[in-house]
Amino acid sequence: MNLLVLLKQVPGTSNVKMDEKTGTMVRTDHENVINPLDENALAAALELKRSIDGSKVTVLSMGPPPASRALREAIAMGADEAHLLCHRGFAGSDTLATARALALAIEHVAGRRLGPNDLVLCGERATDGETGQVGPMISAMLDIAVATYVRGIEVKQDHVVVERVVEEGFERVRMPLPALVTVVKDINQPGFPTLPGKLAAKAAPVPLLTPDDLGLTRDTAGLTGSPTRVVQVFRPKFARDTVLRRQDSGGAAVGSLVDLLIEKEVI
Amino acid sequence: MEYSGVLVVGEQRGGSVHSVTYELLARGRTLADKLGVSLACVVIGHRLEAFGREIVERGADVVYLVDDSSLEWFIPRRHSAELAALIGQIRPEIVLAAATTAGRTLMPHVAARLGAGLTADCTGLDIDDEERLLLQTRPAIGGNVMATIKTPSARPQMATVRPKSARPLPRDPGRHGEIVVRAAACDDAQSAGERLLEFVRDTSQDVSVQDAEIVVAGGKGLKSRDNFKLVEELAGLLGAAVGATRDVVDLGWVGYPHQIGLSGKTVSPRLYVAIGLSGTIQHLAGMQTSETVVAINKDKDAQIFRVADYGIVGDLFDVVPELIEKIKTAKNARLAGAR
Ligand SMILES: Cc1cc2nc3c(=O)[nH]c(=O)nc-3n(C[C@H](O)[C@H](O)[C@H](O)COP(=O)(O)OP(=O)(O)OC[C@H]3O[C@@H](n4cnc5c(N)ncnc54)[C@H](O)[C@@H]3O)c2cc1C
Ligand SMILES: Nc1ncnc2c1ncn2[C@@H]1O[C@H](COP(=O)(O)O)[C@@H](O)[C@H]1O
Repeated sequence: MNLLVLLKQVPGTSNVKMDEKTGTMVRTDHENVINPLDENALAAALELKRSIDGSKVTVLSMGPPPASRALREAIAMGADEAHLLCHRGFAGSDTLATARALALAIEHVAGRRLGPNDLVLCGERATDGETGQVGPMISAMLDIAVATYVRGIEVKQDHVVVERVVEEGFERVRMPLPALVTVVKDINQPGFPTLPGKLAAKAAPVPLLTPDDLGLTRDTAGLTGSPTRVVQVFRPKFARDTVLRRQDSGGAAVGSLVDLLIEKEVI
Repeated sequence: MEYSGVLVVGEQRGGSVHSVTYELLARGRTLADKLGVSLACVVIGHRLEAFGREIVERGADVVYLVDDSSLEWFIPRRHSAELAALIGQIRPEIVLAAATTAGRTLMPHVAARLGAGLTADCTGLDIDDEERLLLQTRPAIGGNVMATIKTPSARPQMATVRPKSARPLPRDPGRHGEIVVRAAACDDAQSAGERLLEFVRDTSQDVSVQDAEIVVAGGKGLKSRDNFKLVEELAGLLGAAVGATRDVVDLGWVGYPHQIGLSGKTVSPRLYVAIGLSGTIQHLAGMQTSETVVAINKDKDAQIFRVADYGIVGDLFDVVPELIEKIKTAKNARLAGAR
């Protein structure tokens, strides 16, 4: 089985450590990490690889040159092959342009349209953008089945059965292959790099793909190929007429609060 | 044909219209009125006839009920084909859906089919007066700031909107609107192998803070799991749901379904009581639309006071027990009065 994992490098907020002596923040060059849910997607792919003979795990990422480190980390954990979409022409992509590039890259590295032996795995969302749009967009562009919020995958003959978490419970859904799934944290516990994996990662090539390789132009890649524009970034201001009272031994501050609760008819 | 009008994508669940549909209609109504265009609503599913009237009374000018037994359960490719077909026919300039598990799957699928721009999880929507473009505001960069996004030329302009970030309009029985029932427009040969095998209802994890009229939320200022009972006690007294900050959930004082904020739930209750929480922007992202906000914090500069209507600067370990006593007294007095 061909398992394709889409993996994004994101800023690791919890990775910032304090220097005990100076009390300052230590910013190592390990600041970027694999998007946590993409580690779950990779772990799910590696688990399927172990249970289905002749399987191969390919990881794909789009990002600046340091993203190749995330891909090597994936190889260290057991992935077989990695490709990085890396070029100025991809810069400023919104979710649609990102999905378009990744969808083309999936068919490019497979050398064909996807078939009944292929499964694409993504994280449900990335911690930086928090959009969760890229996976479903890719499935639409490749015209393959999709299931989101997946916490379990069973591969059958020519189809998969997945369990997806929804608001009021969970669903079991049958989908033919090829298909794309986006996974949530509950699906598994990601593993660690192995020693042979680490050695393989050192030696493994990480070929780069450009917009040209994928047949993309200025109109279809990067900022100019993106329909949306960020027009303003701001810290929100709030307009409430705040009444601020200091706690007092006479109980006046709490007394007024109780009056407010009575006025609002909550007691 | 020009793109014109606003389309809201409704949701049905378990044989009724989900209330998020009415929240979207309230949003859509404001935008449509600002643009001077009509507001349409589509529901895709099965056995929908009964739904049309209330959707009109909640603000829609036209309701499309796309009704077919093959659409009873949400199959992304199938529902996406129907929504894309309707958009192709009525060509709305704006399409809004809820940021639910279904909406967050359907909308990107449709946007990719149409080559349209899509913004996820918006908390604010407005119209730019000059260009008449949709302004989509959402938390960005880990919720540290807000970003406003627009779609200059691709159409339609699409957005998913966080549930509970707006209030439904009251029903207006005098409203007129057109209700169009139609069969599935697309054959489902392509997605024939996709089907729901089973739906298991499991609400054990759900504490429905989102539906509560009152939320009492606690932060790390409570200091321990044991002290957190103060929050639970006050909530019990007010018939409120318990909310918490992410730090409190990470500490294991309460479960994740209680988390309010950017990576938790968005709530919009009548009353939000914030106890011993600082009010970081990530937390505010989940509660700032509450009708009345009360905050108790010992730090007079705490951010939470900036969104509060009434704040008490003081030690929660004194203020909250005092508040609990006074509420009990007030309640008893009311009971005595009623007798
Ligand atoms: C990507 C991302 C997503 C996030 N998502 C969320 C989210 O969804 N929800 C969320 O809440 N957070 C979220 N956070 C975390 C957020 O940044 C804060 O860490 C968190 O909100 C702080 O929780 P807190 O207010 O309980 O703790 P603190 O910030 O430590 O605040 C404790 C407060 O208690 C007060 N206090 C202490 N003792 C007393 C006392 N005796 N009496 C009265 N007051 C007292 C203090 O003055 C202080 O204001 C997110 C962070 C990131 C990076
Ligand atoms: N630049 C990227 N490179 C590789 N995969 C990506 C990229 N952006 C998004 N993805 C995939 O799409 C998922 C959802 O991302 P997002 O839509 O950005 O929240 C991620 O978990 C990844 O699996």
